Amino acid sequence: MTDPSREPRALTLRVNGVDHSLAAEPCATLLDVLRDGLGLTGTKKGCDMGACGACTVLVDDRRINACLTLAAMQEGREIVTIEGLADGEDLHPMQQAFIAHDALQCGYCTPGQILSAVGLLAEGRAVDLAQVAEQMSGNLCRCGAHPNILAAIAEVAGLRA
Amino acid sequence: MRAFDYLRAQTEGEALAAAGQDGAAFIAGGTDLMPLWKAGVAAPGLLIDIGRLPLAEVTARDGGLVFGATARLADIADHPEVRRRHPAIAQAIEASASGQVRNMATLGGALLQRTRCVYFRSGITPCEKLEPGSGCAAVAGENRLHAIFGGGPSCVATHASDLAVALVALDAQVRLRSLAGERVLPLTALYLPAGESPARETVLVPGEMIVAVEVPDAGGRSLYLKIRDRASFEFAVVSVAVALEVADGRVQSVRLAAGGVGTMPWRLRASEAALTGAEAGEAVFRAAAGLAADGAQPLAHNGFKIELLKRTVLRALVQAGDQT
Repeated sequence: MTDPSREPRALTLRVNGVDHSLAAEPCATLLDVLRDGLGLTGTKKGCDMGACGACTVLVDDRRINACLTLAAMQEGREIVTIEGLADGEDLHPMQQAFIAHDALQCGYCTPGQILSAVGLLAEGRAVDLAQVAEQMSGNLCRCGAHPNILAAIAEVAGLRA
Repeated sequence: MRAFDYLRAQTEGEALAAAGQDGAAFIAGGTDLMPLWKAGVAAPGLLIDIGRLPLAEVTARDGGLVFGATARLADIADHPEVRRRHPAIAQAIEASASGQVRNMATLGGALLQRTRCVYFRSGITPCEKLEPGSGCAAVAGENRLHAIFGGGPSCVATHASDLAVALVALDAQVRLRSLAGERVLPLTALYLPAGESPARETVLVPGEMIVAVEVPDAGGRSLYLKIRDRASFEFAVVSVAVALEVADGRVQSVRLAAGGVGTMPWRLRASEAALTGAEAGEAVFRAAAGLAADGAQPLAHNGFKIELLKRTVLRALVQAGDQT
């Protein structure tokens, strides 16, 4: 027996400046639609429970956990993923800073770390190093690159590391 | 995970009408409901998205603040009048969750979030909230983080919200609406004692939603102090919200509420009574803090919360006293 609520529905998501029309189940998360529907696998699935931050994306310039929201809830919003951060071949300053400070090891958490860092700067919350550390607590790095991540953010934010 | 249907409500009336259906639930931020759904603890048949309704405003009026139910926690904490009039609200939010979650989570969802009891969150019975009549695994199990106030043999789960503790201390009122009409209650009256039916946590009836929270202005100074197992992105072991007004060296008024200790945000009335009218100073603060755990019923692993609560109350009073 088919469950009518399982039937995919038409949905338009604006991701990295481009409108994408697709079909998704009503209960599909934004994370699953980005990865499986649009093939934008830069956004990572870590815990899928809002605890690790690997799925962080920007929605209307604010960082959110893509695993905690439904794709249907984000219709009409401006969504930015790691794929949309660089300007052609020119990396975003935060991406460059992560490379310069060796702010990663395995790299799995890195897209979420970078989006969260870009978001906290856009939100005006990078007032000092302690605040940056506090504001990054929603992004875990199991390799333990946190000191280098903070150094990278501090450089872009113009804070003394 | 049970599949659900989804409706983006265009009007409040549409949302309230749809909410009367069996299995319907509201969603706005999703930060609590989505993990519960993925864990199989929540199994809604229909999610009504109220995130686009005009209920997200933070309004500063003469006499008080009004928060729409879908106001984002970050927007409440950032509002200059919230920071000026009631710092405890901003501090409680900034001590909650992560930057991402604060950008998503809404006021109404924060008040209605489910407990962090690991037995409940695992979705495994016995748990009176999951299956009434099945009993409680925490009473005789691992209960370090459970309640010392308001619990009983059926449930000892704490209420997890920081913001609710600050709002209870500030005598906030909650405005509820359904197709049948509107009612306004003290926030403390939204929550039901764990008592005999822990599965029913609030007085909300099916088809009824929180539309706003109103916080009256008050003299003096408020603050929120949170003690937790790690420095950030962690729920309270014990927290205290205090609103203190001192004039001519005496306590004009004081309101105290605690988190992490009760099945709901817990007002500390005995401490308040000992402070009101007394000389504002460490000796009086210490005596009042000593009463904070009166009536506590500790379990096997959470007896430490009694002393921790007293010390947290004392520190909160001293800090608030220094600022007034």
